[in-house]
Amino acid sequence: MLHFNFDYYRPSSIDEAVELFDKLDQDGKKPIYLSGGTEITTLGRLNQVFTKAVIDVKGIPECNVLDYKQDSVVVVGAALTLTQVWESKILPLLGEACVRIGDRTSRNQITLGGNLASEIIYREAVLPLLLSNSTFVVAGIEGIRQLSVHKIFKEKLRLKRGEFLVQIKVDGKYRKMPFYIEKKRKSERVDYPLITLEALKVDRSIRLAISGLCAFPFRSYEMEKELNNTDISIEERIDRAILRIPAPVISDIRGSREYRIFVLRNTLLDALIYLGGVRA
Amino acid sequence: MIEKLTLDINGEQWVATVRMADTLLDVLREKLDLTGAKRGCENGDCGSCTVLADGLPVKSCMMLAVDAIGKKLTTIEGLQDTPMQHAFVEKWAFQCGYCTSGFIMNAHALVNQHPDATDEIMEEWLSSNICRCTSYQEIREAVKSVLKEQRFDRKRPRNRR
Ligand SMILES: Cc1cc2nc3c(=O)[nH]c(=O)nc-3n(C[C@H](O)[C@H](O)[C@H](O)COP(=O)(O)OP(=O)(O)OC[C@H]3O[C@@H](n4cnc5c(N)ncnc54)[C@H](O)[C@@H]3O)c2cc1C
Ligand code: FES
Ligand code: FES
Repeated sequence: MLHFNFDYYRPSSIDEAVELFDKLDQDGKKPIYLSGGTEITTLGRLNQVFTKAVIDVKGIPECNVLDYKQDSVVVVGAALTLTQVWESKILPLLGEACVRIGDRTSRNQITLGGNLASEIIYREAVLPLLLSNSTFVVAGIEGIRQLSVHKIFKEKLRLKRGEFLVQIKVDGKYRKMPFYIEKKRKSERVDYPLITLEALKVDRSIRLAISGLCAFPFRSYEMEKELNNTDISIEERIDRAILRIPAPVISDIRGSREYRIFVLRNTLLDALIYLGGVRA
Repeated sequence: MIEKLTLDINGEQWVATVRMADTLLDVLREKLDLTGAKRGCENGDCGSCTVLADGLPVKSCMMLAVDAIGKKLTTIEGLQDTPMQHAFVEKWAFQCGYCTSGFIMNAHALVNQHPDATDEIMEEWLSSNICRCTSYQEIREAVKSVLKEQRFDRKRPRNRR
């Protein structure tokens, strides 16, 4: 039960949504966009989210697109559920990240856009999008912008007030590239990650993105550089990469800082062996 | 905003006056007296509030009632006399019973969506629900018995006229 009430709007076009936001904002309603609605209902119950108006983007056709044509770009709508993204098999790199989030029933409700815009720090669906240098399509009162993930997702999704995420675009070449993904949880089958690590092999070099290690998900070029230095032993490469972790490592009930680094070390080793980045 | 909503539940139209911030669970239990969906964690973790929306399990504690308009909803009240209900009774797949309606909803959807579900798929689906009394083994047996029964029915030769 939410202790506050709000007005609910379900626009059927991008223009209608952004105009509504603008008007409700001016009226002091503190509007927020809603997609799967699972975070608003759960955090709202704890009074960690408050609004007087929600704008549901699920009725906007562009937010529900799932498209790929031979040798072109994969387009995934922000309002698709994680189950839909996974079952479509449109982009295995992304689908495999989505299927590790939450549990099966929750994935029928949680949307891709909701996960990326989440207040909760993990935002695991961004890992493949960082690795594949994806493009985020966002809409606001000033029109549509298409931005590189690296510009708009810095620790979290950085939207301007009144903007919402419409779609993600990924170059179709990433559909076939070899990748490795591992989500390590504390003990349960379903949980937030101790760490989730996704690695992608592009030509001969490895790209790396991680969630759960620091207070935000990231892709680290510095860590990648160390991992791709084939002049030294694999253990040395991993040691050096660990020295390049971009922010303090989390220590919490799921695992201490030391344990997380231990798990990271082993998972990196598995990833390098799997992707063949290891010299014989 | 308070509005009159019409929801399609178990094949019937139900009308309720709700706050836009009411969850589907609030409305089922408090407005429509459909108390089979249980209030557990209200945080998406336990699955005791599971219902089906267009045949897929959803946790009604984290779905707005207004978001359920236009969807075909099924609650445990709509699963009377189904093979899954019988299997849970036959296999003693419960102790206190608090989690049972959520598990039956999920398991019913599983056998419909995946008539050939492997153990892996079954585990993936069932791990959305928690049973504090740890009836997990019996729940698995109940689900497997329905899957087996369905397979047997499919293989049985049909009478030709
Ligand atoms: C049971 C459970 C388990 C979970 N497990 C995991 C996990 O393992 N890993 C993980 O990473 N996360 C996990 N989460 C967190 C979940 O991914 C986020 O809470 C996510 O925000 C839920 O998505 P939603 O579509 O329901 O979001 P909503 O509740 O609709 O929205 C969440 C936030 O995103 C904003 N938003 C939604 N859509 C858009 C859009 N298109 N454009 C701009 N802003 C938008 C909303 O305004 C709101 O601030 C879990 C959540 C639950 C309930
Ligand atoms: S009450 Fe809904 S998941 Fe626990
Ligand atoms: S039977 Fe008691 S919680 Fe499952």
